[in-house]
Amino acid sequence: MDTITPITITTMPANELYGIILPLFGAAAAGLVGAFALMKRTILAGDVMSHIAIPGLGLAIIWRIDPLIGGGLTLFAGIILIWMLQRKTELSAEAAIGVLFASSVALGALLINSTEALVDALFGGFGAISLDQFIFGVAVSIFIVVALWVLRNKLILGLFSPELARSAGVNVDAINLWFLLLFGLAIIVSLRFLGALLVGSLIIIPASAARQLTHTLGKFLIVSAVLAVAAVAVGFWIASVYNLEPGATVVVTAAGFFVLSLFKKKD
Amino acid sequence: MSEILRVTDLTVSFDGETVVRGIDCSVNEGDSLAVIGPNGAGKSVFLRAILNMVPYSGTIAWSPEARLGYVPQKIDADRHLPINFRNLLEAKARVRNIPHGEIAEIETAVGLDRRIMETPVGHLSGGQFQRGLIAFALLGKPNVLLLDEPTASIDKSGEEQVYELIHRLQDAFGMTVILVSHDLSFVYRYATKVLAVNRTEISFGAPEEALTPNALEKLYGPHKYFHYFHHVHNTDGHDNPDNHNDHAGK
Repeated sequence: MDTITPITITTMPANELYGIILPLFGAAAAGLVGAFALMKRTILAGDVMSHIAIPGLGLAIIWRIDPLIGGGLTLFAGIILIWMLQRKTELSAEAAIGVLFASSVALGALLINSTEALVDALFGGFGAISLDQFIFGVAVSIFIVVALWVLRNKLILGLFSPELARSAGVNVDAINLWFLLLFGLAIIVSLRFLGALLVGSLIIIPASAARQLTHTLGKFLIVSAVLAVAAVAVGFWIASVYNLEPGATVVVTAAGFFVLSLFKKKD
Repeated sequence: MSEILRVTDLTVSFDGETVVRGIDCSVNEGDSLAVIGPNGAGKSVFLRAILNMVPYSGTIAWSPEARLGYVPQKIDADRHLPINFRNLLEAKARVRNIPHGEIAEIETAVGLDRRIMETPVGHLSGGQFQRGLIAFALLGKPNVLLLDEPTASIDKSGEEQVYELIHRLQDAFGMTVILVSHDLSFVYRYATKVLAVNRTEISFGAPEEALTPNALEKLYGPHKYFHYFHHVHNTDGHDNPDNHNDHAGK
């Protein structure tokens, strides 16, 4: 008889598992949002929009509430403001967001007067994830993916030509607001582990790499989402092996994918 | 023929500046209305007003049966946009609940082959792109096709093809056509009515009535009308194809 080798099974604490699974869901949502943002030419908005959450994170620390609730509130207030500015004054989205960005960072820095909390707000952290937060995050990620799927035809027409979209019966203003809201939700889901400074990169970088690699719509959307998920998975793995900061490692991994994508010749 | 559009005293202003003033015209079913005038005359604004895309004063009355298809002026498509006309036509079909089979029908009518349909929009030639836009407008079977400078981004030989295509589609689908153009090629070939606009209405009517020497001078200045005048009045009619080959251009 062979000797049976004893197997040791180590179980991972549930909240650590949540902390790995939730970012993967968030990444899929961010990758898809990024693909549409890239086509809408509002990709830089992602990088900047997340900063609008900073004053909210500061308020949440002061009021001792969940930082994502505080960040989410200021982010959505900012989104509504951006949407109204876009409609009323023909300012480009980038310009409107730029104004909000600078004031948000300054206001956030004033509100968050603890260096440690400020680092968490900017680079991610905020401790372990509870079951409620996990369920909420996964549900929001699924909602973003489903909503983008449902709205994809109107989004495609609107980003190609708002005028043509209107002629086909699309309410372009409503679609733009929907997209900004989904964009905001994608930021919120990943804000906890990437922080306000880095979260935009999970929206920008995988989409930019996917555009290098593909030239049809379906493949572009899928590759963008897959690269975002892969950046998180590979980034977390590298971070755990080399004991690095996970958020920053994810972003560097995504950037590595982008560099590799540049080697592919476009037709 | 019953009337499909009547415009009365149409005026459009932006920020207090009047762009077009006092336009009156009417279009019957099956008409080809050419809206002509120099650049900046307000032709596109007129078209956008009758499409209810800009605020206006006056009356625009469409017949209840009118179903409008719109081909906008050149769209500045991002060269790297991973979107092709198949994506766009399918998107419109889904948004408007148009049967999917209609896409293939329109593709054939407009002459869009699989390669053109599946090439990213930014890689298409001016003529291919324009045909894509016309197919997009035709999806849903409009009975009025409105086109804003459909040949603006196309070379001279492509222009003729686009006009021929529009005329052929008009016959095939029994449509009314309203076409904005700064040149007169379409007028000579196919227009049954002409609306001459230069900030205000210069003339309206059948080509031979509307394009008087006086109207042409008001549109294009005294040095250019002579050629147009002779072209219209020295030929057997605007619909004789033999007259077009020697047409001198814009």
